Amino acid sequence: MSRTAAVSRTAPGAGGARRPGRSPAPRGPHPTRVARGPYVLFLLPGLLAFLAVIVVPFLMNTGVSLTDWQGVGSPKWAGLANYRRLASDAAFWESFRHSLAMVVAMAAVPTAIGLVLAAGLFDFVAKHFGTRVAAVLRACFYLPQVLPIAVAGIVWSWILAPQDGSLNALLGAVGLGALQQDWLGDPDLALYSVMAVMVWVQIGFPLVVFMAGLQRADPRLHEAAELDGAGWWRRFWHVTLPQLRPEIAVVLLWCTIAALKVFGAVYVLTKGGPGGATDVPSYFSFQNFFEKTQVGYGSAVSTVLTVIIMVPALGALRLQTRAEDDAQEGSR
Amino acid sequence: MSALRRSPVLAALVIAAVLMVLPFVIVALNAVKSPAEYNAHGPLSLPDGLYLDGLKGFWQRVDFGRKLANSVLISGSVAVGAAVLSILNAYAIGIGRIRGRTWVLAFFVLANMLPQEALVYPVYYLSKQLGLYDTRLSVVIVFTVVQAAFGTYLLSSVLGSFPREVIEAARIDGAGPWQVLWRIVVPVSRPTIAVLLVFFFVWTWNEFLLPLVMLISNDNQTVSVALGVLQGQRLMDATMTNAAALLGVLPAVVFFLVFQRTLTRGIAAGAVK
Repeated sequence: MSRTAAVSRTAPGAGGARRPGRSPAPRGPHPTRVARGPYVLFLLPGLLAFLAVIVVPFLMNTGVSLTDWQGVGSPKWAGLANYRRLASDAAFWESFRHSLAMVVAMAAVPTAIGLVLAAGLFDFVAKHFGTRVAAVLRACFYLPQVLPIAVAGIVWSWILAPQDGSLNALLGAVGLGALQQDWLGDPDLALYSVMAVMVWVQIGFPLVVFMAGLQRADPRLHEAAELDGAGWWRRFWHVTLPQLRPEIAVVLLWCTIAALKVFGAVYVLTKGGPGGATDVPSYFSFQNFFEKTQVGYGSAVSTVLTVIIMVPALGALRLQTRAEDDAQEGSR
Repeated sequence: MSALRRSPVLAALVIAAVLMVLPFVIVALNAVKSPAEYNAHGPLSLPDGLYLDGLKGFWQRVDFGRKLANSVLISGSVAVGAAVLSILNAYAIGIGRIRGRTWVLAFFVLANMLPQEALVYPVYYLSKQLGLYDTRLSVVIVFTVVQAAFGTYLLSSVLGSFPREVIEAARIDGAGPWQVLWRIVVPVSRPTIAVLLVFFFVWTWNEFLLPLVMLISNDNQTVSVALGVLQGQRLMDATMTNAAALLGVLPAVVFFLVFQRTLTRGIAAGAVK
């Protein structure tokens, strides 16, 4: 499932894409007669590269989190001191609260809006105005997803700028000058502004996945409901939503993982400011690594972040293996 | 237009879509205004004419051509390298069905989900020790592996359903595993590999944290890093900001169009089969 979802991360046209590997050949009664020996050799370069680039650095990071280290000289063993400090660091907890806000902005809200948009585009626009119109509209929603986050940040920090930003100019032009704000500079507003930008960035992903999911769904159910006189909303609630349940689960998990990792947007939009009002764990650890050179503490933060990300990650993995088993049982 | 009037749902969706692309439009409009014009009329007016000096000035000031070349070089190398690595891994897992493949696959998937923050400092430190710090090669190596984690997963499930008869037949004809891979499996899987190449390219193009840390000299920076750093310094005026944004948006729009074509090809190939 989520391989489709992950592909769709950048796949505007995935709507009609054949789902790769959706019907894997069942493990036949005749297991392969090909010797297994030589195949392991093909895995060697990959495993060695993974060891060097991911496993070793990750273990080093975990090790460093148990030390006091400025990045030069030799690390001093500190046991769990960094973790104890972290537990009582208000700035750290604050950054995790902002992470939850990012989960709302990047997982919950885009999923909800994406469902409504997908249903509207799929069973209304495509039906009455042609699939071309639906595809063009989908592309508009998807466009921010292919934009580098650094570029999206530049665009939005200029639009939201207090002095000559377009949003304030627009408010002024329509006589709502009283609503003008320092969107990214006001500590009470900055987090909401960043959240709004992230909704804009993220919305295309659930939309594309859901539209692909609707293509897979059986249209007869929908038609039957329509014949029974069910209105659009009831059909959406009782037919579309249950059909999309697997896609919804996958999208929520993937988007939650992405939300917990957010770094670039915060770096470019606010640098975690004003006064830590938009700080997130990834930026918090970055600051400790490269600005405060408290490498041990930064490593502890990123280790905790990893542990937290592993919760939705294992969920996604479970879903995947289950979907695969289902496909294997279901095929033929 | 009449369709819009007849259908409020369509109208609402069109308005929402326009709002989504509006930031791009505003950026494009302001990137071709002169600073004087911008100061006089603000961000919302239509430009009087095409003023391209802002774009040209920005291009020269940040040596944008060089940044583009770096991004293309890094993303291109990663795409090819990660695809090759994914093919080798997936061949062992999907076709070779090696023992413990479920665990190996789970390992790759989790590695792909790992936050880069948990790797970045050791990678930074090790690359300094190895003399690879501030080289494009270091970024290429790391992302080749990170992207291959995803590619391995996707390709393994595709190869898991590869017709066994074809492979058996080739083996009876005396082909070794290496020949089966390059003469049969790779050509048949071309649509999936093409999709992987595009994903890897775009994902790497958009990466920010690791290139930000690893590429500090101007000559090695990618488009994303150069623009992000400029923005972070808060030194750009409005015209320059818009020039930067437009030049950053354009390649993404190009990929977007190219990408749709690749997928259509993939779909067509799938339909023929």
